Amino acid sequence: MNLDTIIFAISAVVAVFGAVMMIGQRNPVASVLYLIVSLVAQAVLYIQLGALFLGAVLIIVYAGAIMVLFLFVIMLLNLRGREDLGAGSPPVSKVTKFVVAGLFVLELGFVVWSGVFPEAGSTGIQSAASEFGSVEVVAELIFMKYLYPFELASVLLLAAIVGAVVMAGRAAVTETDESDDDDAVKEQTVDEVHG
Amino acid sequence: MVTIPAFLIVAVVLFGIGTVGVMISRNIIILFMCVELMLNAANLALIAFSRALNVVDGHVIVFLVLTVAAAEAAVGLAMVITIYRNRETMNIDRFSILKW
Repeated sequence: MNLDTIIFAISAVVAVFGAVMMIGQRNPVASVLYLIVSLVAQAVLYIQLGALFLGAVLIIVYAGAIMVLFLFVIMLLNLRGREDLGAGSPPVSKVTKFVVAGLFVLELGFVVWSGVFPEAGSTGIQSAASEFGSVEVVAELIFMKYLYPFELASVLLLAAIVGAVVMAGRAAVTETDESDDDDAVKEQTVDEVHG
Repeated sequence: MVTIPAFLIVAVVLFGIGTVGVMISRNIIILFMCVELMLNAANLALIAFSRALNVVDGHVIVFLVLTVAAAEAAVGLAMVITIYRNRETMNIDRFSILKW
């Protein structure tokens, strides 16, 4: 049992543990923190597979930015995990959920188990060239071979920015409109009382 | 020696946990995080395949998936805020506006 195996075992267990704890939490903040634990362990797995750049990106972008966005929304909405989620789904639909999810996982596991990818079984993760997955190699591919998809991704991000602002901003406008109406009604009633 | 299928099994397990979470979660924020987890499991599988074939193209795909995940999180959370303002709840079962 060498060091690679130990690192893999620890990070795999931590990744799965964080994921399981994430869906079991009632408090969304704790859920976010468990997902961050899982993501850090997954970043270790990435680095073990030679993806140094993506391991760093996963921690910076996912654990650093996206999860902070989640925390920000949770705090903006002032959720404390105490609100009543109401009654659960009926038993039939609950069973169906688990059966469908279980079948899907079995299917995936069968694909891996049946060795769709036979030559992968023999190679270990050692013997990677030192520049494999480094910033230079990935950048060269992104900016030469995959330049067009990369530019499309930037357009997608622009669309996402506009979409997010439009969706979250329009609701704010209607809310202020409603409150203005309420004020007007109040003034009217006050006038009536005084009149 | 750690082999590539070991990483694939971890990816499958993570994806399965994400699937189960999407199915059983009633809090829309946790449901969103389960979707992110599934994206990450797919990323792990892509990187493992990329390593097995000794090509870096898979890393570029993972990079693009990360971009899509960021966009999805931004738009999705904006939708969550909008719906929460109207419904005052996080329960996904109450969000059946499109159902008639």
